[in-house]
Amino acid sequence: MDGLLIRNGFVYDPLNNVDGEKMDIAIYGGKIVEKVENAETVDASGMVVMPGGVDLHSHIAGAKVNSGRLLRPEDHYKDVEPKTARTRSGVGYSIPSTFTTGYRYSRMGWTTVMDPAMPPLKAKHTHEEFNDTPMIDKGAYPLLGSNWFVLEHLRAKEYEECAAYVAWIMNATKGYAIKLVNPGGIEAWGFGRNVRDIDDPVPNFDITPREIVRGLCKANQLLNMPHTIHVHANNLGKPGNYVTTLETMKCVEDLAREDKPVIHITHCQFSAFAGDDWHTLRSASEEISKYMNSHSHATLDLGQVIFTNTTTMTADGPFEFILYQITGNKWVNNDVEAETGSGIVPFHYKRKSYVHATQWTIGLELALQIKDPWKVFMTTDHPNAGPFEAYPKIIAWLMSKKAREEVLKKISKRARRRALLPAIDREYTLTEVAVATRAGQAKSLGLRDKGHLGVGADADVAVYDLNPEETDLAKHPRQIRRAFKNAAYTIKGGEIVVRKGEIVKQVMGRTYWANVKAPPSLLEIEPELRKVFEEYYTIKYENYLVPEKYCPNSVAVPVEARF
Amino acid sequence: MEVIRNVTCPICGTLCDDLEVTVDKNVVVDVKNACAVSEAKFLNFANPAHRNLKPLIRKNGALEEASMEEAVKKSAQILADSSYPILYGWSCTSCEAIRVGIELAEEVGGVIDNTSTVCHGPSILSIQNVGIPTCTLGQIRHRADLIVYWASDPYSAHPRHIERYTAFSEGRFQESEWEHYVARLRGILGKKRFNRASERVLMREVSVPPISGQKLPPEFETRRRKLIVVDVRKTRSAELADFFVQVEPNKDFELLQALRLLVRDDELEVDEVAGVPIGLLEDVADALVGCSFGVFFFGVGLTMSSGKLQNIDAAIALTKDLNYRTKFVIMPMRGHFNVAGANIVSTWQTGFPFAVDFSQGFPRYNPGETSVVDILSRNEADAGLVIASDPVSNFPRNAVQNLVKNPLIAIDPVVSPTTMMADVVFPCAFVGIEDEGTAYRMDRVPLPMKKVAEPPRGCLSDKEILQEILREVKRIKRKESES
Repeated sequence: MDGLLIRNGFVYDPLNNVDGEKMDIAIYGGKIVEKVENAETVDASGMVVMPGGVDLHSHIAGAKVNSGRLLRPEDHYKDVEPKTARTRSGVGYSIPSTFTTGYRYSRMGWTTVMDPAMPPLKAKHTHEEFNDTPMIDKGAYPLLGSNWFVLEHLRAKEYEECAAYVAWIMNATKGYAIKLVNPGGIEAWGFGRNVRDIDDPVPNFDITPREIVRGLCKANQLLNMPHTIHVHANNLGKPGNYVTTLETMKCVEDLAREDKPVIHITHCQFSAFAGDDWHTLRSASEEISKYMNSHSHATLDLGQVIFTNTTTMTADGPFEFILYQITGNKWVNNDVEAETGSGIVPFHYKRKSYVHATQWTIGLELALQIKDPWKVFMTTDHPNAGPFEAYPKIIAWLMSKKAREEVLKKISKRARRRALLPAIDREYTLTEVAVATRAGQAKSLGLRDKGHLGVGADADVAVYDLNPEETDLAKHPRQIRRAFKNAAYTIKGGEIVVRKGEIVKQVMGRTYWANVKAPPSLLEIEPELRKVFEEYYTIKYENYLVPEKYCPNSVAVPVEARF
Repeated sequence: MEVIRNVTCPICGTLCDDLEVTVDKNVVVDVKNACAVSEAKFLNFANPAHRNLKPLIRKNGALEEASMEEAVKKSAQILADSSYPILYGWSCTSCEAIRVGIELAEEVGGVIDNTSTVCHGPSILSIQNVGIPTCTLGQIRHRADLIVYWASDPYSAHPRHIERYTAFSEGRFQESEWEHYVARLRGILGKKRFNRASERVLMREVSVPPISGQKLPPEFETRRRKLIVVDVRKTRSAELADFFVQVEPNKDFELLQALRLLVRDDELEVDEVAGVPIGLLEDVADALVGCSFGVFFFGVGLTMSSGKLQNIDAAIALTKDLNYRTKFVIMPMRGHFNVAGANIVSTWQTGFPFAVDFSQGFPRYNPGETSVVDILSRNEADAGLVIASDPVSNFPRNAVQNLVKNPLIAIDPVVSPTTMMADVVFPCAFVGIEDEGTAYRMDRVPLPMKKVAEPPRGCLSDKEILQEILREVKRIKRKESES
């Protein structure tokens, strides 16, 4: 690979304290280097240079994503991508086909995307789709919050055995992080039930969501995993649920060490509802932000709503059933034996709906009230609150009060009256945007070579046609949107892959997974596991494992457990 | 001699993965845990009498042996020259091969369609309309206390389904009902001597008459696993059931809608629906609502009888309605071992599960317009590639005529009417026996297919053959655009 020199841009590299300085970025051999000679030059004068975007929560590949694609042919007709000499054809809109997913992320300057919900039994499916998702590096989080082995170990307070099992899962399914969705609730949904709060025991298993969250948090620490536990809280989507969210964050407070986060609450917007019912619903962003501002053991991502016709899809089966009952839309449900479940319902967020408009304000309120940008990351929980293609819009809302007001004018008047957002003046700086969309996410994920432009980092770089010296960006939100929508350049692994929003070269990207080395004494769980395996699953132990050939370009991130 | 364990069977959508295959000098001499259909394939696949062993090209009206290179060149030229080729089959090959097939279809601007188009296509259309509450098969094994096979005969088409996943399987919360069934058999047939005597006198296997009637038997008051079969005729599956409901042909839609009304506590003012008396229907509705976990399995009897996708709409809607009262799921009984995989790969790459038209440079989906049987019936295609399927045997006659009158490429391990009518034939390896790959079970769980024996010399894998053809097509197109 030849060298590349990105010259003279305004560099935003928060992890290395670079805050809009004009400097050159040198690339060689797919990595950022001190300097490079005789290299191709990219003239970034008058433009913003950032690390490539990192998205820690986006449903892009695997069983339920594909069921979602199947469910929405009407969505695809409106949005097609023709084949070109360099790119495969495909379709959008809320759930693009795999090639299109990769191209669209890359066009916006994103270079790493994590799928947050991989059912271990169907892990091969996630990896097969990853192999057809070009342009970006990927990873997936195995769903463990209703897994029978986990529930049984934790009920017996066997934290080390639980950790050993989790290590086995990461290696067996090539997973990256521990994911919990409505912990315990999805097991209850196996018989059509749910859990009411974090102390409501799971039927037939005699364990509470609190014990599951704490137990997996302990396992995560024992294993020294790169990311924290990634939690979709109980009672998602229910008015008044912010109480559950706070309880969930509080329940692992005592496990925190050295001020490092131990829990990540995902798409927090959906879990930040106050009120008793849909009529009295209001934002609990203030309560959540207050907690976040006075604690450092938790991080969250937004799950920002976009007013559009999108598709909700989550492992939270019982929640999707409620959504089906509310909307009457088509509804897919798919429970996975001994492990987890999923539900899919199309959903249209409307400006004039009091509830939807309130939801829209919640995400932004969280982002603007939480003072430390390293705690709050920008997502739409794609495609649940909106498609990832809307990220440029959200960046504009974060950076520009004017952009927010344009939307506030059009939303339900009652929502506008009751929301905090109109009174908030804060506007994100480009540095804060860089944290919220790349540096902070990479740091939270423990991906040491991503999200920054220091020497040794992966050469994943985005150049945006924005000039912070000449333009008061907050007053020109359209320019912000335009710039992030079509990157001037996207560089992946040291190669220019996008120019002015066009794919100029197809690359495949790599799959990151946590290669956990637990002490041999604990990996002795294997014989015990094999014995019980066939009682729990309808497939053989050997056929459950994901062999290397499913991850042809993989990065096995070494993880040393500490017991 | 080698015993290979955990082999996944390449026959039906049940996709059993517990086969143990004994191989001696590249010949399969024994296979354990397989049903009769599977055993027949494993023990006979290598028989040269029905294999394609060499590439063939039709010259002067007759198929002659050719080299792989010639066959690839000719196929690629056929596809590159055509303006609307169809690429059909796909359900009995690996996902790895299907991925190449889709790229090939996109490259030549053709239509790629799989056997769903003549089988569970209506089920897919229905799912796209109303969704589907479903689960993986293990959920049923662990939890289901009411199992309904509707318009499906697993005894014949999915022989190990009942013992692996439903009535005769052991789960965490539910036990197998196998012993109960055997006891019932004994009760009905009396002593062993009586059996043998009857068989000798009647000169045929004595079958158990299905349990049916005006009321559900007392089993339905208990929490144990209960099996209901609904069909237009008494099948062998019906004989295994705790109750058999006979429905008039082409009246499943009415029966399903009647059950929906009853489940919603509405009253029906007729005496019977689809040949089933109201009293019995009310009992059945009570059983559906009163179970703790129920499942409908349905087959082609619903997808291909009058109403087609409307039947499935009704069945899925009934399942959704039941979720307001209890836990209920529904699952189509997929036929071929990787038809689900064909839908899945097609959906992730193109957004659509079958009948995908690339003629405009991007994926288009409009079953009825872009589905292969319809394209052929309207005589719109001008070339065809058929893989892992035999449409000449089972498509409507005018579709077959329009298929074979144009250049036809066939990729198949065995000689079939399709390969006999083709212009180019590729011999290939059996996926799951001579070639490994990935396949998806009827509940969309991915499973690895193993290679337990070497294919005959000269038989490449489907994936390799398609890759060769694709490479040659790209070369032809490059050359054309340069000149």
